[in-house]
Amino acid sequence: MHIDKDLVAASATPLVLGILADGESYGYAILKRVNELSGGRMEWTDGMLYPLLHRLERLGYVKSSWGTSDVGRRRKHYAITGTGREALAERRQQWAVVSEALKQVWQDALPGPAVAEGWA
Amino acid sequence: MTEQNAHAALEEQIDQWRAYVQRRRAISAADVDEMEDHLRGQVTDLTAGGLDDDEAFLVAVKRMGNLDDVSREFAREHSDRLWKQLVLVPDEPGETGRWRELGVVLALAVAAGIWVRILVDASGGDDVVVVRNAVFAVLPFLAGYFAWKRQVSWRVSATLLAVTAALALVVNLYPFEQGPDDGPGMTGFLAITHTPVVLWLLLGVVYAGGAWRSGARRMDFVRFTGELAIYLVLIALGGGLLIGLTVGTLSLVDIDIEPFLEDWIVPFGMPGALLVGAWLVEAKKNVVENIAPVLTRVFTPLTIVMLVAILVALLANGPLTAVDRELLILMDAILVLVLFLLLYSISARDPLAPPGIFDWLQLVLVGAALAVDAVALTAMLTRIAEFGFTANKVAALGLNLLLLVHLAWAAWLGLGFARGRRPFAEAERWQTQYLPVYAVWATIVVVAFGPLFAFA
Repeated sequence: MHIDKDLVAASATPLVLGILADGESYGYAILKRVNELSGGRMEWTDGMLYPLLHRLERLGYVKSSWGTSDVGRRRKHYAITGTGREALAERRQQWAVVSEALKQVWQDALPGPAVAEGWA
Repeated sequence: MTEQNAHAALEEQIDQWRAYVQRRRAISAADVDEMEDHLRGQVTDLTAGGLDDDEAFLVAVKRMGNLDDVSREFAREHSDRLWKQLVLVPDEPGETGRWRELGVVLALAVAAGIWVRILVDASGGDDVVVVRNAVFAVLPFLAGYFAWKRQVSWRVSATLLAVTAALALVVNLYPFEQGPDDGPGMTGFLAITHTPVVLWLLLGVVYAGGAWRSGARRMDFVRFTGELAIYLVLIALGGGLLIGLTVGTLSLVDIDIEPFLEDWIVPFGMPGALLVGAWLVEAKKNVVENIAPVLTRVFTPLTIVMLVAILVALLANGPLTAVDRELLILMDAILVLVLFLLLYSISARDPLAPPGIFDWLQLVLVGAALAVDAVALTAMLTRIAEFGFTANKVAALGLNLLLLVHLAWAAWLGLGFARGRRPFAEAERWQTQYLPVYAVWATIVVVAFGPLFAFA
C-alpha cells in the first residue's frame, strides 16, 4: 500500500523512538522492524532513516555509538535517552488523541469498507 | 562464475557506490559507513531470499532512495557541513554562472562606490555626515547582492528598504547636538555607532533569504560574518601594502597621489572590498574555510589568562572608586570578545561530538568574564547612583546587561552539556535565539536615546 509521505514523516519519529525504547538497535534492524510491524505495508526510503536518526541524536533523544557487527563490519548503534523517552511519551499522547478522533470519524461519518461491500 | 568471483563483483559495485555517495558534501564518511552497513545487510537478506548478488545490489540501492533527496535531507540536518549554500543541493555552477555572479558583484560594488562619492561631495566636507551615512550608502548594495542571489521576495525587500530608509531619516533629521571639538555629541555618537549593528542584523534577514526565523540560517549568517571579517582584514592588509608601495614609489618622482587616493580609491575601495569579500565567502568557502573557529581555539586560552589577570588586578587594586564609564565600555568590549569566541566555536562545533576539554575551557572563559564583569559592575553602579545617568552610561550599561544575560545563560546551558545533561543543540539554539535582542536594543539606542536625553 502506498502511504502518503507526510503521514510517513509524521509517524517516523514515534516509530523509531518506540522501537529503540525496546532496546538498542541499528539502522537496518530498525527498518526491518518497521516493516515487520506494518506487515510490509509501510515503505520507507531507506536512506531517509539516517538523517532522521541524526536529528533525533542532535535533539538528545537518542545516543549513538560505533560497534561491530557479527561479521566484523563497523556499525552504528542507537539507544534511546531519558529525554527521548519523555518525547516518546508525549508523542504517544498526541497520537492517541489523533487516532481516537479518527476512529470516531470513521465510525460516525463514513460508511466503512464492510458497508460498501453490502452495496456492491 | 565461481562463488568468489561473484562476490568480488559485488565488492566492486559497493566500492563504486561508496565513491559515488561520498562525493556529496552533505554526507560524511561516517554516514557512508553507516549506509554501507545498511546496504550490505539488505543485500545479505535479499541473497538469502534467493536473489543473486547483482539483483540484490540493485534492489538494495533502489530502496536506499534517490541520492539527491537523501543528500538534501542530510544537508538539512547538517547544514554546518555546507553552511555556505542556502540552496542545499545546488546545481554545480557552470563557468558562466560564476562569471555572471562576479559581474553582478562588481557592478554593485561600483554602484556603491559612486554612491559614496556622491555622499562625500554632498556632505560639503562634513566628516560627521559622511561617517553617519556611509553605512546606508554601502550595506544596501551588499543586501542587493544577497537579495539577487537568494531571490528574496519583493515584500521582504521592500519592508527592509523601508526600515532602512526610516533609520536613515532618523539619524539625519534628529537635531543631535554637536559635541566638543566639532565631533558628534553623545547621543549623536551613539546613533552613529549603533546603526551599523541594526543594519547588519537586517542584512541577516536578506542573507537568510527571508527565512530569518530559522536558527540554522541565523547560524549561517554568524559564520558568514566571521569569515567576511577575516577576508576583509586580509584584503585591507593587501590593499594597504599595495597603496603604500605605490605612494612610496611615486613620491620619489614627486607625484603626490594623496588627493586621488582620498577622492577615488577610498570611496570605491572600501565598498568594493566589502562586496568582493562577501562574494569570496560565498564562492571560495573551501579556501579559507572555518578560519574563525581556528582563531577561537587559539585565543580562548589566551583570553582566559588575560581575564584572570584583570580580575586579580581589579580585586587587588580596589576599591574601584576612581573608575569612570571607560571601564564600563572596556567591560562591554571584553564581553563582546568573549561572546565572539563562544559563538564561533559553537558555530563550528560538530553538534554530535561528545563534550570535551575545550567545552570546559569555554566554560572557564565565560565564568572568568562574568566574574570580571561583576566586579566592574558593582563599582560602576555605585558611581552611577552618585552622579546620575547620561546617554553614554545607559547605553554602556544596557549593553552590559544584555551581554550578561546572554553569557550567563549560555554558561548554564554549556554546563549542562559538558556534564552530559543536555544536548548541544540547546546551547546552540540559545545563541541564535538571542541575536534579535541586539537588533532591538541597537534600534532603541538609535531611535529613542536622542529624544530621551534631549539630543545631548
